[in-house]
Amino acid sequence: MEDRVRINMDLARMLKGGVIMDVIDAEQAKIAQEAGAVAVMALERVPSDIRKAGGVSRMSDPKMIQEIQKAVTIPVMAKVRIGHFVEAQILEALDIDFIDESEVLTCADDQYHINKGEFKAPFVCGARNLGEALRRIGEGASMIRTKGEAGTGDVIEAVRHMRQMTADIKRVIMASDEEIMTIARDLKAPFELVKKVKELKGLPVVNFAAGGIATPADAALMMQLGCDGVFVGSGIFKSDNPAKRAKAIVEAVAYFNDPVLLAKVSTGLGECMESISVSEVKVEFAQRGV
Amino acid sequence: MIIGVLDLQGAVHEHISIIESCNDIAVRVKENKDLENLDGLIIPGGESTVLSRLLKIKGLNSGIVKKYRQGLKIWGTCAGLIILAKKIEGESMETLGLLDIEVKRNGYGRQLDSFTKDVEFNNNVSTVRFIRAPRIIKTGVEITPLLKIDNEIVAARTKNTMFTTFHPEVTGDTSFYNYFKESIIKTQVL
Repeated sequence: MEDRVRINMDLARMLKGGVIMDVIDAEQAKIAQEAGAVAVMALERVPSDIRKAGGVSRMSDPKMIQEIQKAVTIPVMAKVRIGHFVEAQILEALDIDFIDESEVLTCADDQYHINKGEFKAPFVCGARNLGEALRRIGEGASMIRTKGEAGTGDVIEAVRHMRQMTADIKRVIMASDEEIMTIARDLKAPFELVKKVKELKGLPVVNFAAGGIATPADAALMMQLGCDGVFVGSGIFKSDNPAKRAKAIVEAVAYFNDPVLLAKVSTGLGECMESISVSEVKVEFAQRGV
Repeated sequence: MIIGVLDLQGAVHEHISIIESCNDIAVRVKENKDLENLDGLIIPGGESTVLSRLLKIKGLNSGIVKKYRQGLKIWGTCAGLIILAKKIEGESMETLGLLDIEVKRNGYGRQLDSFTKDVEFNNNVSTVRFIRAPRIIKTGVEITPLLKIDNEIVAARTKNTMFTTFHPEVTGDTSFYNYFKESIIKTQVL
């Protein structure tokens, strides 16, 4: 494996146990850093607004990304459309710390993802199951996030995807060597990476949860289900008291097994983001780019 | 030996793997009671702004300082080093302030400037990674350099601490861990 790929996977390891927060300007980025975010995701509209607005959503204006880079010292991530390798080239030219090839934006290519191994910058990609995760890793992703359903405030899809990932990984771990090729076929995943999962007894990269996390309890739930950290999109800055909620979620992730602390940080946070049940959602972002 | 790893955020598991591969016992440190009976404590890499904030939640900041004053040996890697430093250039972040050094966070630049390096240490060649690594820009008299790259200190020690601006744990290297055990924990006098 190339050295750059390993360095990028190791940066992702430094983010473990952390919360990555969506922010739309320098002001929000500062609030996120102050609250203890491990990184920020710079984007023009948070997923719940993308959902409302419809139309085409794209990579953010470099001006806004650079303002956020200047405002904080923690890593800055930004999103590109699935398959839009030129948006990725632009983000790399901006010295971005992590690129999210994201189903939350409109797809630019309905056949192919970006050949991420060609880039120096690390990539994170969404996945609903092990097969999807290993395909993205095969393309060069240094980090995976379970997709969930972004912009809903409904955690059910995040839970479903995390449970599916865990079940798939268990199947690989339990399998004998002669079963691996058949599993690779079933998962539509690269054989060598399925073998790797068996050897490591887990994914070869860090896996965060995302898509619908709105409360400290949601974040701790995802941690107890075995993910390495969480992305919170609309959940923070679309709530009543973003600074307080952001801090609470950071503490909930660090102490996800401590119900007394979870009770304390869940108290008096004000209203959640305006939420919508996944069963009522018209466009399922998670179905994009599989 | 029983070695604690501060388990608030960051590359905790990687250090635990190294400790266990050397047949020592690893303890995850999440609150002050976990600091009891440790031979040494590792503050891992992660994001220093996050560690700084989380250390206060259950008073681990004062708990660690108290144990250090009673003789606890501490090794900080990358963000762990920043957390131990007295001064951070251009920032007002709260640290434990146990080391008389001044550091510059993200001293080499952003992630695209992160790099891998083979270094010679203790008659061994170790592969280590500098990931958005800090740079040590000033050191006090108690600091003994252990390793320099281009004449810049990247690893050093005091009587009871060791600190590295890089990550040896992510590549499975054990030589820095062994030095921490043999020359910091076991040796009482410098």
